[in-house]
Amino acid sequence: MIFLTRRATFSASHYYWNEAWSAEKNQQVFGRCANRNGHGHNYTLEVTVAGEPDAVTGFVVDLKWLKDVMEREVLAAYDHRHLNLETPEFNNANPTTENIAIAAWKRLEPAINGASDAGAGGAKLKRIRVYETPEIFAEYRGEA
Amino acid sequence: MKAYFGRRYTISASHRLNADTLSVEENRAVYGKCNNAHGHGHNYVIEVLVGGEVNAATGMVVDLVALDRAVGERILDRFDHANLNLDPLFRDRVPTTENLCKAVFDLLRNALPEVELEHVRVEETENNFFECSTRG
Repeated sequence: MIFLTRRATFSASHYYWNEAWSAEKNQQVFGRCANRNGHGHNYTLEVTVAGEPDAVTGFVVDLKWLKDVMEREVLAAYDHRHLNLETPEFNNANPTTENIAIAAWKRLEPAINGASDAGAGGAKLKRIRVYETPEIFAEYRGEA
Repeated sequence: MKAYFGRRYTISASHRLNADTLSVEENRAVYGKCNNAHGHGHNYVIEVLVGGEVNAATGMVVDLVALDRAVGERILDRFDHANLNLDPLFRDRVPTTENLCKAVFDLLRNALPEVELEHVRVEETENNFFECSTRG
């Protein structure tokens, strides 16, 4: 079994806010991240798939195919967007790095694990890592 | 829903690799320039990965401020700008990055009750790194 990882970057804005809480509690828990005008990051998305190298091509997955899937399923929705305001999965959940990792998994899992085209090569999604800054990242490995 | 949160910290520290049980010649053979008498230093990167349920109210696995405080008090205050050989943990253990990684893992293991420490990774240089995890 070989694990293969592809990176992509996207830039997006967000803020953290829980409507069920007072403004004071939001400020206390989320600090500067609660500023209502939002702020932004250059995110790095890491997608790890696993599989056996194809006997003919030597590929676990066609990297161009994987790049296209990541662009279509995730970057098209997140890049240069306001995550709270423009992506439905964050209408009722904070776009924390943790939740972005889970949401990216939900977008990619059917597209990768359910793919029947040759480019997929039978590879399965194993891990999503989202870097909010070079020092902060979240990881999701699906339901254990 | 279980997810993992990672954070990278930097410390600058010095060390000298020398095993008391080995002769001068053996230490030189095993550790090479890392055995030089007056030691040397690195900018270490310490990556801490914790796992836990994503809190439904906050969307977070862990309070970043609490994580920073725990790592700050237990690791950074102790090892940053220090000579690792002089730390009590390395009195009887050579401060290789393997042993530093294990020490950091043990010091952080119970630091944050609400999450599980998944792994500690210590990068000694851009090309060398070591990992300790709950999976042994």
